[in-house]
Amino acid sequence: MSGSARLLEKWARAPRAVTLLLSLVLPVMAPAEPPAGASSCSGCHAVSARVETPIPRILGRQPTDIVAAMQAFRSGERPSTVMGRIAKGFSDDEIRVIAIWLAAQPAEAR
Amino acid sequence: MMRTTRRAFLRGAAASAALLPAPALAQAQPRVIVLGGGFAGATCARELQRAEHRAAVTLVEESPIYTACPFSNSVIAGLREIAAQQFGYDAIRAEGIAVSQDRARSVDPQRRLVSLSSGSALGYDRLVLAPGTDIRWGALPGYDEAAAEQMPHAWKAGDQTLLLRRQLEGMADGGTVVISAPANPFRCPPGPYERASLIAYYLKTKKPRSKLIVLDAKDSFSKQRLFQAAWHQLYPGLLEWVSLSNGGNVTEVDPATRTFVTDFATYKADVANVIPPQRAGHIAEAASVADQTGWCPIDPVSFESRLQPGIHVIGDAAIAGAMPKSAFAANAQAKVCAAAVAALLRDETPSPPKLINTCYSLVAPDYGISIAGVYHPVNGQLTDVEGAGGVSPADAPLDFRALEASYAEAWFRTITAETFG
Ligand SMILES: Cc1cc2nc3c(=O)[nH]c(=O)nc-3n(C[C@H](O)[C@H](O)[C@H](O)COP(=O)(O)OP(=O)(O)OC[C@H]3O[C@@H](n4cnc5c(N)ncnc54)[C@H](O)[C@@H]3O)c2cc1C
Ligand code: HEC
Repeated sequence: MSGSARLLEKWARAPRAVTLLLSLVLPVMAPAEPPAGASSCSGCHAVSARVETPIPRILGRQPTDIVAAMQAFRSGERPSTVMGRIAKGFSDDEIRVIAIWLAAQPAEAR
Repeated sequence: MMRTTRRAFLRGAAASAALLPAPALAQAQPRVIVLGGGFAGATCARELQRAEHRAAVTLVEESPIYTACPFSNSVIAGLREIAAQQFGYDAIRAEGIAVSQDRARSVDPQRRLVSLSSGSALGYDRLVLAPGTDIRWGALPGYDEAAAEQMPHAWKAGDQTLLLRRQLEGMADGGTVVISAPANPFRCPPGPYERASLIAYYLKTKKPRSKLIVLDAKDSFSKQRLFQAAWHQLYPGLLEWVSLSNGGNVTEVDPATRTFVTDFATYKADVANVIPPQRAGHIAEAASVADQTGWCPIDPVSFESRLQPGIHVIGDAAIAGAMPKSAFAANAQAKVCAAAVAALLRDETPSPPKLINTCYSLVAPDYGISIAGVYHPVNGQLTDVEGAGGVSPADAPLDFRALEASYAEAWFRTITAETFG
């Protein structure tokens, strides 16, 4: 793991620090490359603002919200058509790193 | 055992050392060729261009217009027009990617050259092969390119899709439609059964005295319980599935009479759809990256060929372990491969990926089902992450099925926007 990824992961474990530091640090710190699993999300979650879709957008959102949603899908507490089956493939650590990376992506890129 | 492995490893290492130019970024502009502009190739070219600005990316694609297979079964059933399946390459060009509309004739992995039909040759530092599938003409006795004009495969979208649709439209009420499905592996494992469902929907609404028979070279198939439950509910008495053990394996076809021969019986069809055995697109063999199965073994972290260093294979052509041959998987692999190629160009080691696949199928226009999986490399193979994935619930209400049908369409809009801009 690269140093920046390790750093991000450490921050990810401390949600409050993340929220505070996000806007300051992430543009520099977020690796250009998506962490494991993150690049598959955009198969369903549109990146382009031009796409009309009922599937919610997940870029540029609070990482804590993404983490909470993924954990609730995984436990089944939040009902879903497909996210439960997908979230079960990710550990807490993986979800945190993905959430931080997603948060650092511009919401209306491309 | 130890010794052979070690020697093989050393041989491999020596070969790559001889072939690989030292960090490609030492050169001013490393050249990457992506061959094939489908879900895999077009996605990969775009992602690479973003991930590594210094790379000169060329996309080689023979057709000016791509016709997508997902949702082409809806076109066959008259529920959608082919124009909704078609995409050009202008947005990709506008991003600074050189799109060469040409057919690759051969690849020389030693000299790192791709030869094009136009006569020119392109050199590369890394080559990404994404040629999709080709049909194994002749593997099913009687089925050759001429036969496909009588008994369309419609397994590459375009004219074949429209031919099958016209044949259905021309069939009298009371006719018999026969679909034959191949053994694994093949492009889009749930595809034959989605097609059967939507043709059954067409027959039920337009030609209700007709019959549909699916002759299968397998005893089980993707999302089988969900498909069969839906068929029972929506198309009782209309759709018959004949498994391998019940004599479904087709051994020969006769295009002149639209007849299928199995070990047990012959079936004469009014409309005949042969989904034939397949292999990686021909250029994979020409590049010496396909093995005796006809598909391409790859490293699951970088998608680099196990047979030729410097060449990566993604999408349907690759042997991607537990991942099926789907547009979703092709697009997901393309993004992982682009990151890996970008890392390798910087002389970094690509990190182990995780990938998702989801295949939606329509059983009727407002009745969607899905299968999902999450994958990671284990012992050199892309393997299911245990406990994840699976199919839609068996006991879901109709509004759940309608929601998945709407997500299926949203998925198509999303993935085609990501792939083609
Ligand atoms: C009926 C049907 C329904 C399907 N439904 C779904 C679905 O709902 N969901 C899903 O995820 N998947 C679906 N699929 C599967 C999906 O279409 C394929 O998995 C996907 O197209 C694979 O992408 P690819 O980029 O590997 O290959 P392709 O899409 O086949 O692209 C390969 C490209 O390479 C080009 N090419 C090949 N050789 C050369 C050469 N020598 N020189 C230049 N260009 C070349 C071709 O012209 C082509 O454009 C379906 C398939 C079928 C047949
Ligand atoms: C196969 C399509 C698909 C893929 C792939 C996918 N999602 Fe989803 N996602 C959905 C759908 C559909 C919903 C709505 C809930 C449901 O029905 O599953 C959703 C909902 C969500 C939500 C809730 C958002 C909100 O505002 O309520 C989050 C967060 C999310 N997904 C994150 C992810 C992440 C992270 C990934 C990649 C690791 C991912 N998704 C991959 C289809 C997908």
